[in-house]
Amino acid sequence: MNLEFSPEENAFREEVRSFIEENYPEEIKGKDREELTKEQFVAWHQILGKKGWSVPSWPVEYGGTGWTPTQKYIWSEENARADTIMPLPFAVSMVGPVIYTFGSQEHKDKYLPGIVDGTTWWCQGFSEPGAGSDLAGLKTTAVRDGDEWVINGQKTWTTLGQHAEMGFFLCRTNPDVKKQEGISFILIPMDTPGVEVRPIIMTDGGHEVNEVWLTDVRVPVDNLVGEENKGWTYAKFLLAHERTGIAGVARSKRGIEKLREVAAMEHDNGKPLIANPDFAEKISQLEIDLTALEFTELRTIAGMQKGKGPGPESSLLKIKGTEIQQRLTELTLEAVGNYAAPYFRGFPTDGDNVFPIGPDYAHMAMPNYLNMRKTSIYGGSNEIQRNIIAKAVLGL
Amino acid sequence: MDFSFTEEQNMIRDSLSRLIREQYDWETRNKVIASESGWRPEMWAQFAELGLLMAPFSEEDGGLGGNAVDAMVVMEEFGKGLVIEPYVPSVVLGGGFLKHGGSAAQKENHLASLMGGEETFAFAYAEPTSRFNLNDVSTTARANGSSYVLNGQKAMVYGAPWATHLIVSARTSGERYDDAGISVFIVPKDAAGITTRDYPTMDGFRASEIYFENVEVSGDSMIGEEGKALPLIEKVVDEGIAAICSEACGAMQIANADTIEYAKQRKQFNVPISTFQVLQHEMVDMFIAHQQSVSMTFQVTMRLEEDEATRKKAASAAKVQIGKAGRFIGQAATQIHGGMGVTDELRLGHYFKRLTLIDSQFGNVDYHLRRYTSLAEGQDLSAAAE
Ligand SMILES: Cc1cc2nc3c(=O)[nH]c(=O)nc-3n(C[C@H](O)[C@H](O)[C@H](O)COP(=O)(O)OP(=O)(O)OC[C@H]3O[C@@H](n4cnc5c(N)ncnc54)[C@H](O)[C@@H]3O)c2cc1C
Repeated sequence: MNLEFSPEENAFREEVRSFIEENYPEEIKGKDREELTKEQFVAWHQILGKKGWSVPSWPVEYGGTGWTPTQKYIWSEENARADTIMPLPFAVSMVGPVIYTFGSQEHKDKYLPGIVDGTTWWCQGFSEPGAGSDLAGLKTTAVRDGDEWVINGQKTWTTLGQHAEMGFFLCRTNPDVKKQEGISFILIPMDTPGVEVRPIIMTDGGHEVNEVWLTDVRVPVDNLVGEENKGWTYAKFLLAHERTGIAGVARSKRGIEKLREVAAMEHDNGKPLIANPDFAEKISQLEIDLTALEFTELRTIAGMQKGKGPGPESSLLKIKGTEIQQRLTELTLEAVGNYAAPYFRGFPTDGDNVFPIGPDYAHMAMPNYLNMRKTSIYGGSNEIQRNIIAKAVLGL
Repeated sequence: MDFSFTEEQNMIRDSLSRLIREQYDWETRNKVIASESGWRPEMWAQFAELGLLMAPFSEEDGGLGGNAVDAMVVMEEFGKGLVIEPYVPSVVLGGGFLKHGGSAAQKENHLASLMGGEETFAFAYAEPTSRFNLNDVSTTARANGSSYVLNGQKAMVYGAPWATHLIVSARTSGERYDDAGISVFIVPKDAAGITTRDYPTMDGFRASEIYFENVEVSGDSMIGEEGKALPLIEKVVDEGIAAICSEACGAMQIANADTIEYAKQRKQFNVPISTFQVLQHEMVDMFIAHQQSVSMTFQVTMRLEEDEATRKKAASAAKVQIGKAGRFIGQAATQIHGGMGVTDELRLGHYFKRLTLIDSQFGNVDYHLRRYTSLAEGQDLSAAAE
């Protein structure tokens, strides 16, 4: 048993740290995701693509780095430390692995390079109004007509679909079998006639998700990935990929640092809020919870080094990781006090004396608090994760 | 013991809930909060017509002879409808200062027009770094002959964009955190030297940052005695706390009802999600949290006229309960709604936002736990000493 990083690992950390310092684009430093244009969103991804670091977890032949799990851990720690805008999971952690594992050679040639270099934006079209936790209940149909699939239905919650060039969709191709057995995994260019993306505004006021309506959308039969009616298998494979790294330990560590900074700037009766033992203890409690999660994750990683895949235990990482992220936004909201209330999108922008209401660190406290409620709902809700542990781990 | 309402109070509730049902539907409300002015003066006039604005004032003061229970009734309905018109800033706070501290002339000049809806008030007390501490006042009021000159900045003044008058706390003597030396003034919002920055809040209201630069007010505009306003401020704020606790109860009721309804309708795995026991228990806990909050709202409302220590403890206790319950209900309701819970499309999200921000209004859970503890300890110590 040993907690030390090896000299090679420490050297690797140095290399990564200085690469980030030297190459992270100035214009997106310190920005919140909500403020980014599409180009800014992909800027870091594209830089990493050139460096060969955009898809560390992939097999080397498709662009992966061949890093050990520990190196990947260091990589995510260093990115969190620098608050970088990382590539979204949809291309890199979801459709990419499905394509290189189950796709045809043409699929690999056609789609993987755009994922590696960050030039194709992918969105995930799984959920439907009637199919959330019960994803296999989806109703969107794909019917074969000569050389084409004709697709009809409605998807929803499609994250940042407004920017996407491509989408990967689950569609029902056989209505007459058990529901998991009649689903196929189909790629749809988002500019195909019949694809309509409509915004859904979230409680924080942001446009992060969409409805995607599909009306007589025609794509070549070749856009089917893998075998017809095997889509559910690929989806499960993909969701398992999504769950690695879902604990977000490194980001939460950075979040606690920022919370302490805020609590040092806020004043309560002449003293910094951080000097209030009640509040300081709440932060400590959160940090202790995070330490427990960190060591749980490290144990998982150590197991993976030895070739044990993360099993249903990864549900634990999802549950605790999201609870901690949510608690972090809750404490930040408490820390900023009165200035949680102003609605930053509604600040006056006219006149020659425009400056924000309240301190800078307060603007996003309430939107972030509202927004992060999503984390216990998506990616398999925390109730569903508990069901998984109950069944698959505890055998209940 | 009696927890029932008077006939007048029931009438107020009925006519207000009818008005909200008929003229405060969800779409209308959303249009209004997105509009330039952010409120409906004509709705305020209707509230005046219904007698809501005069309900909690005594007959000597020209009111209907009601009290804080009337405000509680009004605010619960406001909470159910997420009404944004400034009942708390103007009637509860502005009216509170006038009725508890106003001179005969001040009452004469302002009470009738407040109750008639012609004058609206907002209470400017918080400052950019004062957090929830009512004694943390840096804004100054310097005596200048028979008048005073105000300088400073007030922060997050709910309802100020719609106010004709401000009640302003300012320091006439002493140091920043001193309890003594704070005075309150009635200041017309159009007084020379006042500038404001108005903005919407996350929960659909409007508020202002207010800057005072050599604003001259007459000595007559001071409420109560010079330098001795803190106890009055605390009393009025405790009444404000009782009012927003009631508002929170109304909001919780709707959040809970909407959640139960949604859970019964929403099917996954071929069954309503309301059949999952984990969600059932969550909804039971939401119900309990709401019931306990209603009880604490009664508790504080019934104790507002008791001695200072009892009142303060009652208010802090209620605010702690409401802060915790509001957060729990908001989060649980969102979770049970799944993705729908985090959209702006359902009204639920708006109840969640209001319940969240009620916690930081007039001091959050931590602040009131501390206040309660210091009061409870003070009492125990004095009891032990006897
Ligand atoms: C911000 C955001 C982004 C998203 N992005 C995407 C995306 O890009 N692509 C995509 O395809 N999807 C996306 N989703 C959809 C997400 O995966 C679903 O919201 C999620 O699967 C839950 O489904 P639902 O919203 O329909 O809730 P429901 O399934 O209706 O669940 C409602 C409640 O019931 C509970 N529940 C359901 N079943 C059970 C059970 N068996 N036992 C106990 N409790 C249960 C849930 O936990 C939840 O609390 C996103 C969602 C959000 C909120």
